Amino acid sequence: MSLSNDQLRTVAHLARLELDEADVELYSGNLNDILAMVDQLNQADTADVTPMAHPLDMVQRLRRDQVTETDQRELFQSNAPDTERGLYRVPRVIE
Amino acid sequence: MSFHTLTVAGLADGLASGQFSSRELTQYFLDRIEQHDSALNSYITVTPEQALAAADAADQTRAAGDAGPLTGVPMAHKDIFCTKGVLTTCGSKMLGNFVAPYDATVVRQLAAAGVVMLGKTNMDEFAMGSSNETSYFGPVKNPWGVDAGLVPGGSSGGSVAAVAGGLAPFATGTDTGGSIRQPAALTNLTGLKPTYGRCSRYGMIAFASSLDQAGPITRTAEDAAIVLQAMAGFDPADSTSVDVPVPDYRAGLDAPLAGRKLGLPKEFLAEGLDDGTRAALEAALEIYRQQGAEIVEVSMPNMHLSVPTYYVVAPAEASSNLARYDGVRYGHRAEGVESLEALYKRSRGEGFGREVQRRIMVGTYVLSAGYYDAYYLKAQQVRQLIADDFSRAFEEVDAIIGPTTQGPAFALGEKTDDPVAMYLNDIYTIAANLAGLPALSMPAGLVDGKPVGVQLIGKAFDETGILNLAHQFQSLTDHHVARAEGF
Repeated sequence: MSLSNDQLRTVAHLARLELDEADVELYSGNLNDILAMVDQLNQADTADVTPMAHPLDMVQRLRRDQVTETDQRELFQSNAPDTERGLYRVPRVIE
Repeated sequence: MSFHTLTVAGLADGLASGQFSSRELTQYFLDRIEQHDSALNSYITVTPEQALAAADAADQTRAAGDAGPLTGVPMAHKDIFCTKGVLTTCGSKMLGNFVAPYDATVVRQLAAAGVVMLGKTNMDEFAMGSSNETSYFGPVKNPWGVDAGLVPGGSSGGSVAAVAGGLAPFATGTDTGGSIRQPAALTNLTGLKPTYGRCSRYGMIAFASSLDQAGPITRTAEDAAIVLQAMAGFDPADSTSVDVPVPDYRAGLDAPLAGRKLGLPKEFLAEGLDDGTRAALEAALEIYRQQGAEIVEVSMPNMHLSVPTYYVVAPAEASSNLARYDGVRYGHRAEGVESLEALYKRSRGEGFGREVQRRIMVGTYVLSAGYYDAYYLKAQQVRQLIADDFSRAFEEVDAIIGPTTQGPAFALGEKTDDPVAMYLNDIYTIAANLAGLPALSMPAGLVDGKPVGVQLIGKAFDETGILNLAHQFQSLTDHHVARAEGF
């Protein structure tokens, strides 16, 4: 399977990555090399194999529905690039 | 006194007998960092004030009679672990200004054991790399070849360079596909990746959550046992932490090896393994035979598919995990954008380096509609086949032995233009991550003056067994004692 430059631009859009147009060729070459290596997987016969969900056959643990975290909004927002009155500021979304 | 040539066990003894204080030790290592780290670039952040305060507290704890084996021992954390109030970058511009608001569980547990953190070590960006060249904070030099420009391996490159360079007695690392074992092999150290779920992942910045595991980077297996003792344990805050008792790792180190069966997968000796590394492995096998262990050839027919399996599973999980970096809540934010979508795209385009972007795109592609079955599902099936190979082998043998890498450290820049060639660095280490098994690399000698390692892979939760094997090897050999010249 080979990936075109246009497909690469679509993948970058899905991943919300802005690429320099000059890098598109490089990245699609890289991805094609990686996918060609990955194509070795087709050598394996996996007809009756259940896909692995967890290496140790574990089940999801449950916990009581109790509040265990304290409110640390100010501490957490101290890492935010732009906040106002406890809210995160972003560019206008609704016209 | 040359504190940096002592092991963790040796430092613990000296502290316990009052030969020196934690403050003296801590100041000594801070001075060594000041003196030598400009050549290695092994630290991203050094925390001298905090370290000296922790050292004084440790000395008081000891005076009060409450000291444990790690009380007052200096160390360094890989910069992937959140450390409250301290810059935590994960080697990325994206987190270049991120001050963690809480401690990772592993950090908290080691602090409770009394260690003194000297600082945070350099690493490949988001732990994606095998040479430490993808770090936003510049490459790390291998103490075994500073002038030759040798890479220290990766992604825990700063941690191994700090320990091998005598800038920390031990360090933490993380291993998703070999990121503890491969760099440990290239710098003559002992590196242990525990069983998946043995150490908490809480507060450890996520790369590929079904593979990531924290572990110790030390000079000796005995030191690894001491440090793992403090790192391991059940943590309700990590949904994949496993609730099984933590044994006394040090107590198992001296068990005799007579009758032990070690499996040597013939696939590990196929093309690609360099002659010197093969010879080092064979010498190690001979030591084990002399101790009464039996070396049995085993076959792991799907082993050769571990690299392609990994390069579907790991990027898929990474693309999902790294979706959280949006330029809104924390991390890098692009300036002067007009729309929310442009804010996301430009923040991520500017904040992530090339290798991270590559893997996010591979992951996005293999998870996208129409490709999911062909790639992701297929890889999870092959992953099961690889795990089955181990289960079959472990019906016959107690542990698996093989090389850690194909050869010794390579030069900076040698593989940066060819991602696939770089990925093959982890050809022997990835399978243990895919199967969730504990695995260790230990020093096995020098090839042209450069260290190589031998790898031991154990049954799930049998860290004791592989630490015992490594410790016995180290009590009969002196490879692990060799130090890089000038350090």
